[in-house]
Parts: sequence; C-alpha cells; structure tokens
Amino acid sequence: MSNRLRCFRQSLTAAALAAMLAIPGAAMAQERGGTMNIIVQPEPPILVLGINQQGPTQTVAGKIYQGLLTFDFNLKPQPELAESWEVSPDGKVYTFRLVKNAKWHDGKPFTAHDVVFSTSKFLMETHPRARATFSKCEKIEALDDHTVQFTLKEPFGPFLQAFEVSSAPMMPKHIYEGTDFKTAPANATPIGTGPFKFKEWVKGSYIHLVRNDEYWKAGKPYLDDIYFRVIPDAASRSVAVEQGTVQQTQFNDIETFDVPRLKALPNVEMTTKGYEFFAPLSWIEINTRTKPLDDKRFRQAMMHALDRKFIRDKIWFGLGRPATGPVNSVTRFYEGNVRKYDYDPKKAEALLDEMGLKKGADGNRAKVRLLVMPYGETWTRLGEYVKQAMKRVGVDVTLETTDAAGWVNRVSNWDYDLTFNFVYQYGDPALGVSRTYVSDNIRKGVMFSNTMGYANPEVDRLFAQAAQTNKDEERQQLYSAAQKILVEDVPVAWLLEMEFPTFIDKRFKNAVTTAIGVNESYDSVYMVKK
Amino acid sequence: MTAAVITPSRKGSGFWAAFARNKGAVIGLVFLTLVILMAVFADLLFPTSPWDMTTIPFQPPLSEDALLGSDTLGRDIASGIAHGARVSLLIGLTSTAVAVLIGVLLGAVAGFYGGRVDDAVMRFTELFQTIPNFVLAVVLVAIFTPSLASIVLAIAIVSWPPLARLARGEFMSLRSREFVQAAVTTGQSNLTIIWRQILPNSLSPIIVSASLMVATAILLESSLSFLGLGDPNLMSWGYMVGAARTVIRQAWWMSFFPGIAILLTVLALNLVGEGLNDALNPKLARKGRA
Repeated sequence: MSNRLRCFRQSLTAAALAAMLAIPGAAMAQERGGTMNIIVQPEPPILVLGINQQGPTQTVAGKIYQGLLTFDFNLKPQPELAESWEVSPDGKVYTFRLVKNAKWHDGKPFTAHDVVFSTSKFLMETHPRARATFSKCEKIEALDDHTVQFTLKEPFGPFLQAFEVSSAPMMPKHIYEGTDFKTAPANATPIGTGPFKFKEWVKGSYIHLVRNDEYWKAGKPYLDDIYFRVIPDAASRSVAVEQGTVQQTQFNDIETFDVPRLKALPNVEMTTKGYEFFAPLSWIEINTRTKPLDDKRFRQAMMHALDRKFIRDKIWFGLGRPATGPVNSVTRFYEGNVRKYDYDPKKAEALLDEMGLKKGADGNRAKVRLLVMPYGETWTRLGEYVKQAMKRVGVDVTLETTDAAGWVNRVSNWDYDLTFNFVYQYGDPALGVSRTYVSDNIRKGVMFSNTMGYANPEVDRLFAQAAQTNKDEERQQLYSAAQKILVEDVPVAWLLEMEFPTFIDKRFKNAVTTAIGVNESYDSVYMVKK
Repeated sequence: MTAAVITPSRKGSGFWAAFARNKGAVIGLVFLTLVILMAVFADLLFPTSPWDMTTIPFQPPLSEDALLGSDTLGRDIASGIAHGARVSLLIGLTSTAVAVLIGVLLGAVAGFYGGRVDDAVMRFTELFQTIPNFVLAVVLVAIFTPSLASIVLAIAIVSWPPLARLARGEFMSLRSREFVQAAVTTGQSNLTIIWRQILPNSLSPIIVSASLMVATAILLESSLSFLGLGDPNLMSWGYMVGAARTVIRQAWWMSFFPGIAILLTVLALNLVGEGLNDALNPKLARKGRA
C-alpha cells in the first residue's frame, strides 16, 4: 500500500453540498410551523442515543443528537457536525473540521473536545459497535476547538461509516464528564445539538420534542414540534394512519399484509428509500455441521428449490428484492456477477440426485428440521412455504416453533438444522457482512455470529484484507472475489434484500433524504399548508 | 330411590327413543357423522396435502380449482377444512379421554374413601380450578413446545377438574346405597366395588359431560392454534382462522369457512350432548323441560 504513495485526498466542502441538498425543496416555499405525529414502536427505554441504539431510540433521538457525518442514498459521506474532512494518503489519519456555530441545547458551544470525549470515553464504555471501531485508533486528539484528528493503528476501510449519528452520536462533555454515564441523572433530560429539543415524555403515551430556536443551521428547523406516539397494537397503528392521526410510520410499524391497503390511501405516500445504511438481508441459516447440510450441493439445491419471487410477492406483499448473494445491492461493494440460482426444482433434484440422495418409498430423500424465527406471522408463513417447496424436491422439513429467547438460545448454541435470520449491513461489508461468514467469528453462545460453522480460509483472507485498506477499487476487487466464492458455497440460503415501508402524510416534505431516512435530524422537513 | 339404578336391558331399549325425541340432537348427530366421515375420507376427497400451494393465492370462493377459495399462499381452504377436521376431532376426543381418565380416577377415589383422602384430592382439584383454563393451557403448551402430544396433554390437564367433582358427587351418593353395602358385606374388595358396582351406575352423567367436553376441547385447540400455539406441522381450523385474521378485510373467506366449521361442529356436539342427557338421565331431563 505505502509504496504506491499517491496524493489521494478526499475533501468535500460544505458549501458545495449545501447547494446540492437545497435543490429538492427549492421549488416550494419552506414555511415555518406545523406539528408532526410519528409512531414509535416499541417505546424506547431511554432517549440517550449514546447509551441505547435500538431502532426506536434511533428514530427519536436522531432528532436530538447528531453525528459528524450523514450518508446519501449511495452511502457517500455528507457533512453534518463536521463541515469537511481529510484522509491521509496512507489511510491512517482522519482530520475533521467541525462547524463553528453549533451549540448544545443548554447553550454551551459544541467543540472538538466534545468529539474527543464522545469517541474516546463515553461511547467506548456504552456502545459496542463504536467501541469496536474506535479501539482501532492509536490516538484521538483535538488540534484546536474546531479540528479533531483520529490516528488509526492500521487502515480501516469503513472508518468514515462509523460517524453516522447512531454509530457515534456526539455527547456533551460538560454534562457527562466524571459521571457514571449509564446512571447519570442527566439521562432523563437528553441534551444534544440537534434541531429538536426534548420537552416531555409521558410513558406509554407520547414523547414530545420542540423546535430548537438556537439551532446552528440558520432558519431551520421548519417544524414547531414532533410528537412520537406509542401505539403497541399493530391494527391500531394501521387505523391511525388511515384516520390521519399520525403522519408517519417506519420500519416494522405496519405489518406487511396491511401495506397494500395503506399504499392505496390518498393522503399518504409510501417509500422504501432511506434504509440503505441498514440494508437488511434475510436468509435461511444452515447448520453446515449436520448431514446432509454439510454438502454444498444440498445447499445449492435449496437455492434452486425456493421461488424467491413468490416469497417476495405473496409473503412479503411485494416488499424487497430477491437477494443474489451475501451483500445487499444497495450496500457498498456489491457484486452482481455471481453464480445465479434461478427457481428451478429440476435443477435442485438433479443436484440432490448427484449427491446420491435417492427418494424413498414415501417420496422423501432427506429429513431436516426448520426452527421458525418467532418474529411474527410473516416468518411463520415463510416456514410453511419452505416446507412445501422443499417437499416438492423430496426433502421433508419438520417445522419447529419456539419463543424469542428459545430461538436465540438454540441458534447461538448450534442446536438447529435450518432457521431464518436477517441482519443489518451498516453500509459496508466490513461492518455488517463479514461477521456472518468469517471463521474467527464462529463463537458458541453468541447470536448473529457465524452460527453456521462455515469456514473457508480464502474467504477469511479476502475479508480481512479488504477491511484493512481504504482504497475503494482494491476493496471492490477483494469483496467481489469473496462474494463469488460465497455464492458458490451457499453457507446460508439468501432470500430477500428486505425493504421497510415508510408511510408519510403527503403534506410533509423532505422527510426521507438520506440513507438513514427516518433516523435523520428532520431539520429540513416542512409542512405544506393548505 | 331404587328406581334410579337402571338395569342395563331397560336402558338399551329406551335409549334411542329417548334420544330421537330431541330433534336437535338428531340433527347434531347427523352433522357430526358427516364431519367424522369427512375426516376419515379427507385423503380421498383431497389427495394432496392441505399445505400444498395448489392454486393462485387470494382466489375467492367458487373459483375453478378452489370451491371455498384459496388462502394467502394459494392453499385450498376446502382441503384445509377436511384435513383440519381430523386434527380437531382427534385432539377433541383424545384430550377428553385423558381428562375423563384423570377426572374419574381422582373423583372416584375421593368420593369412595371420603375423609382425609377426599380433602386432599379436592384441595388439589381446587388448585387447578382457581387458575383460568385457557391461560394454563397456553402456559403448558408454551413450556412443552407445541406438538400434538403437548396440546392433548395441556387440554386434558385443564379439563379434568369438573369431571373429578362430578365423579366424586356420584360416588359419594352411591357409596351409601344398599347394593354397595351389600357388596361390602359379601366381602368384595374396594377396587371391585368401585369398578364393578359404582362406576357403571355413575356413568350416565359422566358420558353426558364428557360429550360436552369434546366440544370445549375443540374450542380450546382452535384457540391455541389461533394464537399460533398449534402443532406447526398440522393443519387445523383454529390455525386457518388465526392465519387469515390478518387479511380479513381483503379476504373474508379465509377465516369465515373454518370459523363456520368450528361453530357447527361445536354446536353439533352440544346438541348431541343434550340428547344424550335426555336419553341417559330421563328424570333430570323431564324436570328441565317442564
């Protein structure tokens, strides 16, 4: 890497980007005022984003706290609290220049010392994902009040991804320094730099955020306030959208079977954009330690036996895209030129025949168990579909059901044949993809690790090498090679690149503008009044 | 008083006449027979598995290849109802049989021996009666993971207490009768007296309440399946209603037909139970009708 020292500088100016971002809203006058009601489900346990990063917490706290960067739909970094940044040619030193006029909600200025405190102290203690990233730093220092520098021990490709708001929310040093972060009384009244301030939280009912009049972007935000409404019952959530009592829902708020109905409503708009940073991918997890699942031909046969278009259209009611491999196509470094598994039961049978699995008197060649993921109706339907589809090629699938705790316990301890799973990819294969397939992540008792027991030294090498460089072309080559091997080996049977529906009242504009969609700060959301 | 002890020969001759006097019971019996036939011949009527996606999803009733429509995955509703009858009847009958076994055994012991034994058994029974039936069944199935055996067991465990109390009452009243005392004086063992003398004479009310219990068991199984606690490899009516509940506004037929099947079968069982009551407890029945 170092002998090819080219002056490779990444530098983006805030001015150019601000101009770009202004275009969508420019056509219409962006008026002040308006209240937005958004569903939040389940109710977050706490609103301090540095301490809890569950989905609902991110959606609410994303309006209160901010990160240094945000990401556009193509996962290119965009300025937020950092107005510009530079990466040294060797990929080891990252320098961020911060906006100068940002203030905490209590009036104190936001400075580079807050950044150093957040990344080297606060998040190291409270945030597992941030800890994994920032422990790769040799030092983190404030060069002056508005410049902060991270020096890495060795290059780490997805380092910039770590500055998204939920991955590294900026926490106020003057409030938390010297306290026990997790139990600090200040956690009841979150203080951030974002466009909305915490006002009131009626547990079980709503969270009320109000406009931050001192917000550092002039004239913003446009909305007066946002109410996050807690509605635990799925049917009631759909009705709330139909009646217009809420103006936005996101993630899993609306059950898939209600989506076609709500999509047809005249007053709301549905979008599936704004989840690129999470880019969940679903699959059938295959325990490759057991017979006949240890034979890759059996796993390839599964790919041919399942009609993933049917799964998308009839079980997910049109949400998602049939997956082609381990990387979601909206994530960086996706490789589409891999072995294709079209729906073809004949090919599946040919592969099973080749393995020597002959059909018995009852028409079955093999018997496997499928532990259905206890995440609701849709996954149950999927289980029933898989059972029937595999029956067609002579594989008898016995369905097993369990509760959420039992599922985690059995899968993480490798006590299963087949099960379903889906994980977020966090915008980069090094963050959200490699963990499933590399052999040093075969860890008994740990969920979302390599529970299949898949081990391929070449895949390990490619993933390791790709994470340790920040040259995009080089990373693409390595990841493409890894994807080709994985798709040939089928360590899991990929099903869908999942999509979540976001329903937004048509009067509200600019809600989904980045890859983190509904978790964005909403400082440019405005309401068109009639 | 002695007339209450009906001899077997007299009971047999008057049984059908008494039963047929109740028109509802006859209709119930006819319908129940149809359901049983449907369950027995399900494989001939619908040779493919009820889980097979045989047609296009969301087909309304009276479509070409799906008389009662198809469900969200294109499975034939009619086939599901036929095969579901098996599961419902199987679970209804076996769980009732198990419940009768437990209930009559405990009730007989308590009623026959009385005293401390009675106290102990009845306190134990009350323990079960204080817990709501359905909640206990849900907990049991959830603990033992849903399967045919665990569902049968769970339903039996929540259903036996009323039978135990009934059997106890019968045994207590018969215990002091002359024929029992005669048996005691002739030196018959307690087991023989329970089995040969008292049990045959206390069967009528037990049969009647057991027949009604089959209906309750079917409802319990349907409710469990509705909540997703059924055996995931068996098609049952409750499962069909539960799975279709989510699309009821788009496709009413998916939950309507299995719902009707449950309703009619449970109704038929209740009618038959009433008929049995008329036939087996003529004195009680007449009093009730007056």
